[in-house]
Amino acid sequence: MNSREDLRTRWLSWTELAIEALIRVLGFSTVGFVLLIFLFLLKEGVPVFFEVPLGNLFGTRWYPTFGYFGTTPLILGSAVVTVVAVVIALPLGVATAVFVREVAPSWAREILKPTIETLAGIPSVVLGFFGMTIIAPMVHQYLGAPTGLTVFTGALILAYMALPTIISVAEDALDAVPKSYRDAALAMGATQWQTIWRVVVPAARSGIAVAVMLGMGRAIGETMTVMMVTGNAARIPLSLDSLFKPVRTMTATIAAEMGEVAQGSVHYHALFGLGIILFVLTFLINLLAARSIFKKQRRGGLR
Amino acid sequence: MNRYLVQRLGFALLTGVSLVVVIPVVLVVAVILLKGFEAMSWVFISSMPHDGMKAGGIFPAIVGTVLLTFGTALVSIPIGVGGTIYLAEYARDTWLTRCIRLAIVNLAGIPSIVYGLFGLGLFVLFLKMGTSIVAGSLTLAIMTLPVIISTAEEALRAVPMEFRTVSASLGGTRWQGIRNIILPQAFPGIITGILLGLLRAAGETAPILFTVAAFYLPRLPQSPFDQTMSLPYHLFVVSTQVPGMPEEMQYGTALVLLALVLSMNVAATVVRSYFRRRRQW
Repeated sequence: MNSREDLRTRWLSWTELAIEALIRVLGFSTVGFVLLIFLFLLKEGVPVFFEVPLGNLFGTRWYPTFGYFGTTPLILGSAVVTVVAVVIALPLGVATAVFVREVAPSWAREILKPTIETLAGIPSVVLGFFGMTIIAPMVHQYLGAPTGLTVFTGALILAYMALPTIISVAEDALDAVPKSYRDAALAMGATQWQTIWRVVVPAARSGIAVAVMLGMGRAIGETMTVMMVTGNAARIPLSLDSLFKPVRTMTATIAAEMGEVAQGSVHYHALFGLGIILFVLTFLINLLAARSIFKKQRRGGLR
Repeated sequence: MNRYLVQRLGFALLTGVSLVVVIPVVLVVAVILLKGFEAMSWVFISSMPHDGMKAGGIFPAIVGTVLLTFGTALVSIPIGVGGTIYLAEYARDTWLTRCIRLAIVNLAGIPSIVYGLFGLGLFVLFLKMGTSIVAGSLTLAIMTLPVIISTAEEALRAVPMEFRTVSASLGGTRWQGIRNIILPQAFPGIITGILLGLLRAAGETAPILFTVAAFYLPRLPQSPFDQTMSLPYHLFVVSTQVPGMPEEMQYGTALVLLALVLSMNVAATVVRSYFRRRRQW
């Protein structure tokens, strides 16, 4: 090997080392971003725990201009909207996933899949706008609510926003059920329907649970739609009729108020405090959902 | 009851539920298309807003969204593709790799408004970028990373192992194999991932609320450190913040935003299916 070629290979190996090092750094960058996000939420949000007594923080009144920072109505608001959304989305999502995977003729699948992808692509502010202008008046008119901007309206739209996630994860779960399960059930004389409901869906239940949790994560973090259609009244939504009354979520509170607060004020820190709660909540939900992603899939006879 | 009758009823129920899922989606798109179309005109798309946004066009909002999407792409494509290559080609199954995967799952799950808070805290205030296109693009870029990485990783993993072994057997180094064989083969999947990530960035409102969005700024941004209007925030403003806004301004804005985002969606689907058909493996 002459020396020029030698030099060339050495140069190549240096650039390669550099490139591989760079790729490694980029690979780990995502971890850095998560830490950075949490760090800055803490930096701006933790002071509120020293500035406001805990009794006030977990009180029932959120009137920041008068020094009341009770987060209870906001946390409950987020919870109620999310739970109602999941209650609507779960049956719709699972049934659609079963239909797409097990029953639908291929032409129906060709229509369903792109439609669901379209739904996933519609910006939340467009859905919020549609909810405000079309659905809220209908809720007001036909369901007898005093205003159309209610928990129900928000949850209905959130349910549709969570559907693409729920459907695709549930589909994967159904897909992961071994064909031998189906064959065995059919060979025993079960109808296709019996096979689906008594064998396939139960076998996919842990995956479906993941689907529901990820859908829940989406719903709890949704901001624009909720802000536009739930009316934003910070009240405790615990009576039965509160389904058809306005409510205010943590996300909507941050979005609506952050623009007007002075940087470094108590109110500013309180909004970051809500951000910490949201971050921790979604982190836990995803951790739970991911646990089953990381678990080695055991299939076949070993159960 | 006859179990075949039960089956027929069950299938009918599933079909009905699927219709309940599909029809509202079609309705949303149709209503916005039809009502928005009435507002469409060259003036609406190409001129500045005036009279408190009640008249004129949405040109600066369109330009703003395009600029933000472009800025997002500039940051998120190199980081996303690099991270994907690491995960798919270099990372072994260690606890560190699992940390990365967990981080990606979490980035995907963090609420968009929390990204907004983070962008405000880090880029706008701590790094003193102010509410600017740079700050907004950086915030959106981090948000799009998980979408890009998860889609692109699938594409890289779909390239058969033989391609790597053959490249290595011909004396290619690992990086040469990646650059000359794996990346070209996975290219359509990577493009799909990038498009899906960017369309999310183009349509999001919450992360840009405090990092870049201007309420009313009837001029084009002068520099990357300028504020700008943007389509999603403009739709929010005209539909909730300004009383007496004419309906066609709202539906027109919604239509332009929806058309932009859905065309990227269609492009992603077309790229994917076109190349899947042409693939040789």
